[in-house]
Amino acid sequence: MSALETATPTVSERGPSAALEQAGRVETVKLSAWYGDRQAVRDMSLTIQPNRVTAVIGPSGCGKSTFIRCLNRMHEVTPGAGVAGKVLLDGQDIYAPGVDPVSVRRTIGMVFQRPVVFPTMSIFENVAIGLRVNGLASRRRLPEIVERSLAQAALWDEVKDKLTEPGTALSGGQQQRLCIARALAVQPEVLLLDEPASALDPQATLRIEELLQQLKERYTVAIVTHNMQQAARVSDYTAFMLAGADRVGELIEYGETREVFTNPKDRRTEGYLTGRFG
Amino acid sequence: MLNPRGLSYQRRRAADAFMTGLAFLAAAAAIGVLVVVLAYIVVQGATALSPAFFTQVPKPVGEPGGGMANAIVGTLYLVALACVIGLPIGIGAGIYLAEYGRQGRLASLVRFVTDVLTGVPSIVIGIFAYTIIVLTMRGFSALAGSVALAIIMIPIVTKAAEEIIRLVPNDVREASLAVGATRSQTIIRVVLPSAGGGILTGVMLAIARAAGETAPLLFTAFGNRFWNLDPTKPIAAMPLQIFNYAISPYEDWHAQAWAGALVLVALVLITSVTARFFARRTHNV
Repeated sequence: MSALETATPTVSERGPSAALEQAGRVETVKLSAWYGDRQAVRDMSLTIQPNRVTAVIGPSGCGKSTFIRCLNRMHEVTPGAGVAGKVLLDGQDIYAPGVDPVSVRRTIGMVFQRPVVFPTMSIFENVAIGLRVNGLASRRRLPEIVERSLAQAALWDEVKDKLTEPGTALSGGQQQRLCIARALAVQPEVLLLDEPASALDPQATLRIEELLQQLKERYTVAIVTHNMQQAARVSDYTAFMLAGADRVGELIEYGETREVFTNPKDRRTEGYLTGRFG
Repeated sequence: MLNPRGLSYQRRRAADAFMTGLAFLAAAAAIGVLVVVLAYIVVQGATALSPAFFTQVPKPVGEPGGGMANAIVGTLYLVALACVIGLPIGIGAGIYLAEYGRQGRLASLVRFVTDVLTGVPSIVIGIFAYTIIVLTMRGFSALAGSVALAIIMIPIVTKAAEEIIRLVPNDVREASLAVGATRSQTIIRVVLPSAGGGILTGVMLAIARAAGETAPLLFTAFGNRFWNLDPTKPIAAMPLQIFNYAISPYEDWHAQAWAGALVLVALVLITSVTARFFARRTHNV
């Protein structure tokens, strides 16, 4: 069943354990992206597997953030942004005409580099907002789903006694886990994380990395990181991107993380991993 | 170099001290004018203030006593009705400029018109409301006065709303879109609450401005010596009442005009201070 076709499935229809095992395969076909006239990403073709963590690595400006923002149609939010190619979620092109980007983003969640806690909302409301705007849960079921999402984000024990307090009172690491809980609340199939730990201290980073291991049991997880060690620690697959002389990012190498790190097929991958540039 | 003596150094020091002194003098003059005006109004107005001033309507000519209760309520009524008319338009236009229009042609047109509207003398806006409403409804009315005040408020509110909505960081919008919220849901549930304090400040400043306007009310709300809460009838307003009393030949009316000025200034000051309070609270977030 494709989540994009069913208009707004309620959470009860797709229970937490129901048939999510194999759903959430993301395949990009010759995906290119532009900002106005400037191309940022060229011909990216790769498959992101369900129940695995896929890391996208590469030096600054190689287009890895742009690439991942194309996967849930966040790229087009930027004025002048353009996309070509296909992104298939379980075989269905999310850029096909008639597909609503709003439903795409509900199905493919995203966590950003800087934790964005909505300043006027409580911790509870920060998690519940996705359910509210999508009309996904009855008032009665909201607390239950909020608790489950916070638990999945490994934050429940820290905030269960202060759900009505403003989310901005939390520490940076807690705020980022709150953002993860918010993304999980709408029961996405895929979770995209754009450098989720780069603004956090090592302790908080470690917690996020541990969390990713739990999340991949339920979701397809893709993470952009400029930190090679982080990619090696958390990911099953690694995509290495690099921008050439024309400053357009391309996929250089993609494979199992162990292979890419220990036995890179491309000289440029090896050069980057051994710290010769980037 | 560390112990300069030359003439040029001494001249520069003198010029520096002189400029500093000028700046302080200018600042003192600016504050001084405000203090003198306020003190004068308080001294003149306080003597005429009495419970009757707040509870009674004007007495007929020649009879002592009476108050401005109808004008105080009238001003609040006019401003409230102006808010009902003007705020949705002003805030809506601000949302359009900040969220949808951005750099588009229509947006720059709206911005230009807003700037022009800010500069239009308020008497001209009064004539406009007179032509559009008073003439077609065949009579002066509270509604006509409120429309005139609303037109004065709209550009102020629009500008404030646009500026404050633009200050809401883009990643807040993206985070909302990323959980599957639509554009309008993002604006209503996330952007506007974040900008709320700032918008409120703009609204308060617009209210303070509208409450003190006299010219646009002269031939719209017209003034009334009796109670009225019917929007289709003429209504009293404090600036009008002050104007009428001040140009009258009667000594006790002059005193009442001063008292009215004091109450009006107090109303406007309270509104401005409240606005600043909300502004500060927002900037702390």
